[in-house]
Amino acid sequence: MKTTPAKVNHVDTITQKLGPFLGLIILVVIVSVLNPSFLEPLNLLNLLRQVAINALIAFGMTFVILTGGIDLSVGAILALSSALMAGMIVSGMDPMLAILIGCLLGAVMGAINGLLITKGKMAPFIATLATMTIFRGLTLVYTDGNPITGLGENYLFQLFGRGYFLGIPVPAITMMVSFALFWVILHKTPFGRKTYAIGGNEKAAIISGIKVTKVKVMIYSLAGLLAALAGAILTSRLNSAQPTAGTSYELDAIAPSY
Amino acid sequence: MHIQMNDIYKAFGANQVLTGVHFDLKEGEVHALMGENGAGKSTMMNILTGLHKRDSGKIVIDGEERYFDNPKEAEKHGIAFIHQELNVWPDMTVLDNLFIGKELRSPFGLLKTKEMKALAKKQFDKLAVTIPLEKEAGLCSVGEQQMIEIAKALMTNAKVIIMDEPTAALTEREIEKLFNVINALRKEGVSIVYISHRMEEIFAICDRITVMRDGKTVDTQMVSETSFDEVVRKMVGRELTDRYPERNPNIGDTILEVKNATRQGVFEDVNFSVKSGEIVGVAGLMGAGRTEIMRALFGLDQLDSGEILINGQKASIKNPFEAVKRGIGFITEDRKNEGLVLDFSIRENMALPNLTSFSKNGFIAYKTETDFVDMLIKRLRIKTESGETSAKNLSGGNQQKVVIAKWVGIGPRVLILDEPTRGVDVGAKREIYQLMNELTDRGVAIIMVSSELPEVLGMSDRILVVHEGKISGELLKNEATQEKIMTYATGGQ
Ligand SMILES: Nc1ncnc2c1ncn2[C@@H]1O[C@H](COP(=O)(O)OP(=O)(O)OP(=O)(O)O)[C@@H](O)[C@H]1O
Ligand SMILES: [Mg+2]
Repeated sequence: MKTTPAKVNHVDTITQKLGPFLGLIILVVIVSVLNPSFLEPLNLLNLLRQVAINALIAFGMTFVILTGGIDLSVGAILALSSALMAGMIVSGMDPMLAILIGCLLGAVMGAINGLLITKGKMAPFIATLATMTIFRGLTLVYTDGNPITGLGENYLFQLFGRGYFLGIPVPAITMMVSFALFWVILHKTPFGRKTYAIGGNEKAAIISGIKVTKVKVMIYSLAGLLAALAGAILTSRLNSAQPTAGTSYELDAIAPSY
Repeated sequence: MHIQMNDIYKAFGANQVLTGVHFDLKEGEVHALMGENGAGKSTMMNILTGLHKRDSGKIVIDGEERYFDNPKEAEKHGIAFIHQELNVWPDMTVLDNLFIGKELRSPFGLLKTKEMKALAKKQFDKLAVTIPLEKEAGLCSVGEQQMIEIAKALMTNAKVIIMDEPTAALTEREIEKLFNVINALRKEGVSIVYISHRMEEIFAICDRITVMRDGKTVDTQMVSETSFDEVVRKMVGRELTDRYPERNPNIGDTILEVKNATRQGVFEDVNFSVKSGEIVGVAGLMGAGRTEIMRALFGLDQLDSGEILINGQKASIKNPFEAVKRGIGFITEDRKNEGLVLDFSIRENMALPNLTSFSKNGFIAYKTETDFVDMLIKRLRIKTESGETSAKNLSGGNQQKVVIAKWVGIGPRVLILDEPTRGVDVGAKREIYQLMNELTDRGVAIIMVSSELPEVLGMSDRILVVHEGKISGELLKNEATQEKIMTYATGGQ
């Protein structure tokens, strides 16, 4: 009798933690039965490449959600930075340099979100809903609503979204390296600790002398940067920039971050 | 109502908290429940009111075995609980808070605001509380929030009222009113469980006392048949020398100086200074503006005029980051909302203001962190299995110790303590006082805001009294008495 309540609690936490994972396993089993080619290596590799784009966005979203915020503009940032990168490449810039600048621009767009939320004291939902519309609008203006094509045959650029390294798709490698990097940042650095602290109790974080505004702006910038990086992969994969790219990606990113 | 709790056991996971406690509450008595932080007092009361399930044991109410499923059911049966950790809804008004979950409704389901206001007003008058009913509860001070909780419990017309440290943030004036109310209730046959770490109060108001230690009942006796020393001995299991450790201050140069500080409508023309190695006590009634002055010093609120000097140099402190950078630490009165990240472990909480000094090459140095944390857990005798326990699972007094420990690590030059021993047991209080002495020996300047006059008198080298936003008096240690402080605090000369 003495231990029953404790046991129930354990079961609760286990199902809570493993629930989504069990769901995934069941899904994999069903899909493999229905379509046996699902588990073939080639398909799995393809899947990894597909997933990389969503995963990168989700990493950024994880930080945002940990602070109690939300970023609805990541899909729009992906589209706008992708269009800007493609534009720069078409106008003759070195593609890798274009990606770098594009990612930085993504970070700037994220920083705008961060500033609206902290300095502007807007609710994250409202602020990023507004910037989502603005970034989408800018993308349409910049692209005239047409895809940007003719990005050339640069080897490195193609490798970025389409290539393989040791038989693994490059985007999957980018994803795994990023995952390791952000896991370490989140769990081993002061920045990660501050992120959790802000989400846990913002007042206590402020009183502990944490520059909450700065940390939040950095986090939204990071989300923007990662959305732009995902945009770069997509641009390389499609060898073009699509004005409607990344639509509803914010929703794909929000679910796994929780 | 007559309540008997017999041989109650309770464990949280591997942590065996209650190991056969007994408790007996008679009709119309005020029964003190004492014990060190983490002894299991709150847990026992939470079991009685159905928040926690007991593992084994028997509860008999008026001769019948009786177990409540939840606190709401207990309340319906006449047992009200004023919790140690305040639970106001910060965005709602005081009135909404008083009636939450039991709003008066017309037959059409509309709120009967007028009636509720009248009832609330009546209760507030009894307690001499003057908080506007329309005020947002989150804007109330901790003391005011405590009065709201007390009023709320009294309005349920309960037969038994459990008061878990009701006076921890109250000043003399409110305590006196509360005692009047308790006396009146006792005459009406209401029973009261009075949990407190303030000895003077136990002896002033209670009939019987039960002492707990490590999840067991030591014994129950009449208050008139025991003494301070005996109670303390039973609580801590050893002899405790004087409550305030000897202080040999070594006072140096002025570190912090406040000149003509004014914040409109809150405090006005405040002037004072603190020297290295000195403890300055700040006394005053609830709502006098003591906490507000400290918030401005720490950059949480801005001054409208006046200035702050540190080491003789003008310092503009616009936010807590700048305060911390200048070596100012602030232990706020509200540990739950401002002091702790409840979901963080003890370790993570203690490290929070110290992340820079605990880091090496951009990474948190886990060993430095745990060494520091383990040292302070021992030093302050925090009752926990390890530094990895999450703050929300600690008893109230132990949470308070974690908040204090947090600031030791920054190597402060000025430490502001707002109600530093709120909810802390006698033994641990002494540890905290000793820590204060050690810090001042190292040259730290301490400003201590406290509602507990014996503490102000026992620890301060100099005492400032605040009345209605102004400093109404300053007393040196050897001239200060309770009466003099109260005279200044109420605006007398
Ligand atoms: N929900 C919980 N989960 C795990 N442990 C808990 C929980 N609640 C309390 N405890 C543990 O039970 C013990 C007793 O806690 P309790 O709050 O009853 O102490 P207390 O006597 O009220 O102390 P204080 O004077 O500090 O308020 C503590 O060691 C505490 O850490
Ligand atoms: Mg308690």
